[in-house]
Parts: sequence; structure tokens; C-alpha cells
Amino acid sequence: MSDLLKRLTAAGGVSGDEGRVRAIIIEEITPLVDEVHIDRMGNVTGFKKGTTSNRKVMLCAHMDEVGFIITGIEDNGMLKFATVGSIDSRILPSKRVRIGDNRVPGVMGIKAIHLQEPAERKNAVKARQMYIDIGAGSKDEAERLIKLGDYAVFDSELVYFGDGRVKSKALDDRVGCLTLIESLKGDYPFDLYACFTVQEEVGLRGAKVAAYHIQPDIGLVVEGTTCSDVPGVEPHRHTTRMGNGPAISIADLASYGNKEMVTFLIECAENAGIPFQIKEGVTGGNDAGEIQRSRGGAMTAVISVPCRYIHSPSSVMDLKDLDNTVRLVKEFLKGCESL
Amino acid sequence: MKDLIQKLSGVYGPSGNEELVSEAIRGEIESYVDEIRVDVMGNLIAIKKGNGTGKKIMLAAHMDQIGLMITHIDDKGFLRFANLGGISVANSVCRRVLFQNGTVGVIGYETELDSWKDITLAKMYIDIGASNRKEAEGLVKIGDVAVYHPLFSVGNGKYIGGAMDDRAGCALLVKTIRDIGDTPNDLYFVFTVQEELGLRGAKTSAYALEPDLAIAVDVTATGDTPKSKPMAVALGGGPAIKIKDASVLAHPMVKDLMINTAQKHGIPYQLEILEYGGTDSGAIHLSRGGVPSGVLSIPCRYVHSDSETIDAGDMDNGVRLLTRILEENISF
Repeated sequence: MSDLLKRLTAAGGVSGDEGRVRAIIIEEITPLVDEVHIDRMGNVTGFKKGTTSNRKVMLCAHMDEVGFIITGIEDNGMLKFATVGSIDSRILPSKRVRIGDNRVPGVMGIKAIHLQEPAERKNAVKARQMYIDIGAGSKDEAERLIKLGDYAVFDSELVYFGDGRVKSKALDDRVGCLTLIESLKGDYPFDLYACFTVQEEVGLRGAKVAAYHIQPDIGLVVEGTTCSDVPGVEPHRHTTRMGNGPAISIADLASYGNKEMVTFLIECAENAGIPFQIKEGVTGGNDAGEIQRSRGGAMTAVISVPCRYIHSPSSVMDLKDLDNTVRLVKEFLKGCESL
Repeated sequence: MKDLIQKLSGVYGPSGNEELVSEAIRGEIESYVDEIRVDVMGNLIAIKKGNGTGKKIMLAAHMDQIGLMITHIDDKGFLRFANLGGISVANSVCRRVLFQNGTVGVIGYETELDSWKDITLAKMYIDIGASNRKEAEGLVKIGDVAVYHPLFSVGNGKYIGGAMDDRAGCALLVKTIRDIGDTPNDLYFVFTVQEELGLRGAKTSAYALEPDLAIAVDVTATGDTPKSKPMAVALGGGPAIKIKDASVLAHPMVKDLMINTAQKHGIPYQLEILEYGGTDSGAIHLSRGGVPSGVLSIPCRYVHSDSETIDAGDMDNGVRLLTRILEENISF
């Protein structure tokens, strides 16, 4: 499982450029499902025909990650860029990135501190004040390596550290992708659609068409979510806590969890002795918003793996939380037919 | 009407937790309709059949009210919360709240702050009288939702209470269901969920029902209080026929139908242009290939507070107007 996590997180897959992640997922799920479907938006769905029931259960995780897109090439060979998805631009200076299909290395630069005006020092740095240095000395040289519209991702490897923790880019939401792949290893009475969506980070776009197409009765979204149990943050703003198990959402900005489903998830965890936590906050939103309100509506709920420093090159996660998330999803699938 | 509004506005029902409101409304209308059901989102749908020659009309009023969701319980038993819908600092300071199980709380704020401007919802808390976490956890849990404590009053022809937004609309639909006579039209009365979180129940129910036209009934702001934001809607000026808000431009055919019907029957009305906000018609009119939609608005002062104020005459005239509209032979 951890080798797969390494492969999934290493693949660059900024919103709109999910092809590399998609290829890994197709390879992994093809032996596990009856049918692999790729729709016009690029969503991948692994379909497993139910043994006895025609109810449709949709599992959902998004393939895309936050990143960058090249918007300009300066005469001196420096690249201008924009963020794709929500990224705190204050974390960007000096970060290494990889650009385009050839993974051209670059580093994000900004004017040195002693050259900044007092006002510039006071204000949070913005992406448009920065540039990416790819070592090119001229526009011509840069254009031989990259082109406008190329995507860039954080250049960051998965590293194991501490007692069963990892740091990596793109844990949000490759942890969900991994959970879905693991879930496909079981057999279920209902029709199971494991849907790996595109463009979640830019507005739940893939899920919108996938849910319309699938028309699920039940939708369970598996996510990476914010975890702020760190110094300087008051306990009531932690949202989730690392190592306490998968976080079950009551509501977030995109959806209010179906109560029967949320209650059932809690029962599943309690009965199987799986640690879990209730997400303490309603921030953020995810594919459940689109799934719940597709066509005439569906039951939905969200469970998430807590990830510190989410949307950065170095998100931190506890592998036990991921393991327990996989366990909880499997328990849910065993009994969700009763909902 | 007073008893109905008092009853419905006092029922606990924040967004996502509309079950009790749904049950209360069902009890009021069940014997007056041909069919009644609840969909997967929790919308209550009541159907009154016409004679088969008219239109399929969707009426929508939302059951949910704004609320405060508990996100954290601290060691001393104080609760932190997040808003469900438009809870504001100004309307919350030192207000009383009520949980579904009857637990009462007071909304306080961190008084070490220097200025009122520094108060945000994250710096506020709910005091339920618990002296520690354990005691608090015996009363509420993370994810429970409180509402402003409902206190209903009648003052000089005005109804004052929490959740007039939009139990007044629900009451208006309930009364219409009871009053309406023979009609050519098939009427789908939808009491929607999660309007305050983004018109969510209206979206799925409109998709499922595929109406020919739709009218939402909701409260709207007024511009008739001292130095208020300019707005040509006054309490007591009659039900308001919406021209626009931030979610919808009323369809001219529906708008004209509403205006013409009011004029034909001599029912007072006013026209409403709301520069912000939205209501269920915002979701309904974009369903599938589009649904001609309008809105019947109930003028309301102090919207999203615990003292939302409406006018008794506006309610009565609103019922008259909607009833007459729904009895029309509509030809478009």
C-alpha cells in the first residue's frame, strides 16, 4: 500500500493535467473491476457489477492536486506563473518545481529582502510578484524547454519520518484515490462505481458530470482535509487532529452530510473498533456538493484523512489515519446496502 | 393565520435539520392534498391535482432557518461554533439560543478584545451553563446545531419572531393549500431544505418535478426603517412581486401573471428589487432546460435576527394573491 502511495503522490496531476495519475489508477483498477470508463472530462470510473442488488453506490476521490500554470516568459528567460487551486502564496519563495511533460526543474524566486520596499516587506507576497527560474538565460532558451500553458508541480518526494508518518505533496487527494483502489478489492451486493475525478480543486468540476452520468443512490467522498493541531492555533480551530483516525464530516461549505449515512459511518467505526473523529469545522468543500445535488439528489457523506500543511509541497499525514480510513470505507461498504 | 405562524416559526429547524418542521407542516396539510412525500434531500412535496387542463406549477418555501453548528467543546464547557447560513456578529451578541433537545445557551464573546470591530464568529462562544467539558458533552455534541431562541410576539398588527425567514412563507403556502378552490393546474407545493446554504433543496426538487413554471415564497428586506439602505419595499405595503435579486431575474410572463392577477382582484402589492440575496427561484429557474420563475415576497424587517418582523395584512393579502394566481387559466 505504501509503495502505491509513493507512486500516486509522485505523479504530477495539477487540475486539468491529471493524465499521469489517471494512467496509474487505470493500471491498478483494471484487474479489479468489470469495466473501466473514462468520460469526456477525464474522470475515471471503475465499475463493479453488484451480485444481488441494483442500487448504485459511488465512491469518489479526486485525482487532481493544486499547482501552477505558466502564464508568461520574460525576455531574460524567467517564467511568470499563476496558481491553480487554492495555495497560500506566502509558502512559495525558494520552492522547487517541475514543469511540463519533461519535468523541467525550476525554482520559485522573489526579489531579495534588502531590495524590497518597506510596504512590500509588510504585505504577504503574491504569486504575481514571483517568477520561476529554470536556469535559462534568454526567452529563446526558455522556449526550447517549456511553453505557455505548461503545468508545474511542487518537486517533492514522499518521505517517511517519525512513528509512521509521511510528508509529501498531493496527499490531498491521492490518499482518497488509494482508499478507492483498496476498496475495489472486495465484492459487494450493489453496483459499485469508484470514481476518480478531475478538477476538484478548481470547483468540483469533474464530479458534476460524473455524478450526472452515474446517478448514484449513495455517494461517499474520501478526501484529505485540513489539520491544524499545531503550535499557535487554539484548540477550537484545529478542525482535525493527527492520529485520531478518519474525520467524519457533519457539514462543510459544499454539503450537509446525510444524517443516516453519517450515523451509519459512526456505527461502523464503533462496531469495528476503528478510531475516528468528527471534523470540527465547516470550512472547505468537496465533490460531495455536486454528487448530493446532481439530478434529483443523492445521499452523501464525506470522510477525510487529516493532513497538516495541506496544499503545500510537504503535507504531513499519519499512516495509521490512512489505514483506518481504508478500514472504515470497507466496513461502510459491507453494510451500506441497508441505508 | 397568527396561530399558524406562531406554531411554524417556533419549530426547531436549522439548515440540514428540517425534520420537525416537515412533520409540523405535514400535519397541517395532509388532509388537503392528493399526495405527500419526502425526497432524498428531505424536501416535503405535497401535490394537489388540477382538472388536467392546466399547467404544472411548483411552489417553493424553505423550511430551514439559519443556525449555529457546534465545532468544539472546551475544557470549561464552553462551545465554539460555525455559522450555518447568514449568522452575523451584530445579531448574535448576547442572544439566547436553543438546541433541538431543549438545551438553552447564550452567545458570548471574548471580552479582552479592544474593539467591537475585532469580534468575529471565531471569537464568540455559546455558554450552556456547563462547568466543564464532561457536563457540556452530556447536553450537546460536536455537529449539533442551535437556533436563535424563538420568542413570538404580536405588536400592532405585526408578527415578530425567529425564523419568519421562511416559516412565514411556509405558513403562506399552508394557508393557500387550505383556501384554494377548483383549479385547472397541477400544484406541487415544495417545502424545501437547505435554502440558506445555497438553494440546495430547490435544485434537486425542481429537477425531479420538471414544472412548467414556478413561484417561490420567501421573505425580503424592506427600506422603510430610519436611514436604511434604500429599497422600495415597505412593511404593510402588500405582498411584494419580485423583479430581481442576486439569484434570479423574474420571468416576465410569471411577473406579469402575478401583477395582472393582483390588479384584477384588487389585491394590494408592491414591486421588489433586492440588490443582494437570493431565494429558491434562483435554483429552480435554471433547472434542466429552464423554468419560468417568479417570487412572491413577504416584506420583513430585521431578517436573520431573532426578531424578524412581518405584517399581518401582507400575509393575508399574500395568501389571497397566490390563491388567485393558482386558480388562473395560464396561457403561455
